[in-house]
Amino acid sequence: MIEIDNVSKSYGKHRVVDRLSLTVGDGVLCVLLGSSGCGKSTTLRMINRLIPFDAGTIRVGGEDVRHVPPEALRRRIGYAIQSIGLFPHWTVEDNIATVPRLLKWSQRRVRDRVAELLELFRLDAETYRGKHPHQLSGGEQQRVGVARALAADPELLLMDEPFAAVDPITRDALQAELARIHRATGKTIVFVTHDIEEALRLATVIAIMDRGRIIQLGAPLDILEHPANDFVRDFVGRQGLGLKLLSVRKIGDRLRRGETAEGEPLSLDASLGEALSAMTARRTDRLPVCDAEGRRVGAIALGDLVR
Amino acid sequence: MRDGRLLGSPVFWVGLLFAALLLRMDALRPVLQRMSPGVEPVIYNRDSFLALFLSQLGLVAAASLAASLSGVALAVFVTRPAGRDFRAMVNALATVGQTFPPAAVLAIAVPMVGFGARPTVIALFLYGLLPIIENAVAGLEGVSHAVREAAEGMGLSAWQRLYQVDLPLAAPLILAGIRVSVTIAIGTATIGSTVGALTLGTPIFDGLVANKLPFVIEGAVLVALFAIFTDMLLARLERWLRPLAD
Repeated sequence: MIEIDNVSKSYGKHRVVDRLSLTVGDGVLCVLLGSSGCGKSTTLRMINRLIPFDAGTIRVGGEDVRHVPPEALRRRIGYAIQSIGLFPHWTVEDNIATVPRLLKWSQRRVRDRVAELLELFRLDAETYRGKHPHQLSGGEQQRVGVARALAADPELLLMDEPFAAVDPITRDALQAELARIHRATGKTIVFVTHDIEEALRLATVIAIMDRGRIIQLGAPLDILEHPANDFVRDFVGRQGLGLKLLSVRKIGDRLRRGETAEGEPLSLDASLGEALSAMTARRTDRLPVCDAEGRRVGAIALGDLVR
Repeated sequence: MRDGRLLGSPVFWVGLLFAALLLRMDALRPVLQRMSPGVEPVIYNRDSFLALFLSQLGLVAAASLAASLSGVALAVFVTRPAGRDFRAMVNALATVGQTFPPAAVLAIAVPMVGFGARPTVIALFLYGLLPIIENAVAGLEGVSHAVREAAEGMGLSAWQRLYQVDLPLAAPLILAGIRVSVTIAIGTATIGSTVGALTLGTPIFDGLVANKLPFVIEGAVLVALFAIFTDMLLARLERWLRPLAD
């Protein structure tokens, strides 16, 4: 849990973070969303004290960050950035092992943890642990970067536009992987981005920021359906709003329980956008729906998408 | 190293030639006698070339070691937040050290520390500092911002960042600076002979004074081989370090 309470930061006369308060509960993936210069990265970097703040308090796990030595604090908090910053003179294994070694884990434990993390990111441990960063593709480097951030099982993970520099296909895969890993590990994550689609896809909670303040805080669907003001409305995009809504809403919410339909079933967790896409591709207006175990539980019709 | 690669390596042949001339210069006696008929002795014989070489090696090693340690330490200092303000000053001082002719340094140092090895080491030290500082600063500042931010964000302390990240990544450039500095020092050390230091420059100056060309040639050839051989060795070391820093 992170509690940011009335925190401000100025550079000279310019106030980049302005009396900002935000509480992120355990297991929540909170996205700080805003255009460049809105103070989102500064906010993130104040949490692990890479940037000192002028006023207010920040607590991580109930503890005031200014009462913890910065190095000790940072070893408890995973940190992944857009430019990755893998150590070029170290192997993948050494890179991932950075924080566990700082924490004096035993060699055996470090080795096992590296294998476990490479596995989690679907990289073959024996192939990858001995490679150097320059031998990896951009997507692989970013996977290793995030694995390194998770290595010592931190209570909190900070991510600063981690997928902004990779190509769209890789970004899509990395987002899916992060969503999966977030579900699997239940980590608390603060994620900075300027990409609304990315925010809608990953966030439990989105904080839209402008000029150092949070303009609106809410679940993705909430923000799309009830934008607080014109700024948010402009930011989430007046055009294509309907499609964004479809991408956030789940089939499960519109299910016709007990009804049936022909064809390959879609999952309850799939978005309405995926349902629309499947209907268009299969030239049908009804699709069967199954639960996580693959049991057919109902159907969804075209009209349900726009209800 | 396998034999095939050893025999194909220029370092090996230059080293072999250098060692052979150092120990058996008298093998060239007929050639030198034909070149300068009537000069006797034709091979410099007041000291053995090996002794001259070892003495010069000691001077260069002492000066270069001191210049490397203090140069890298200064570079580290001026690239840390605490020392950033001193950067221009350190650079200016090193540049002055470089523009000061070594002969002038010798002339100033002799009245203070006496004749012999000491003024020579001082001159070599001052003269060799600049390339080391410049390269080390460039190397340390060349470490990418992303790498430094990641290191700090993961909780490496300032010392850990220096020893585990900055210095290893800057190592190839630091070594390149040391290599330039050492090569200059080997050539410059010869003028130490004018203030009584024993170097391979001693036969050169004796030869000039006594108008004995063979002495000049013997000294000059050995100094050149010494410098080339050392440069090649350090270049190898540098190439070996480079893949670590990518």
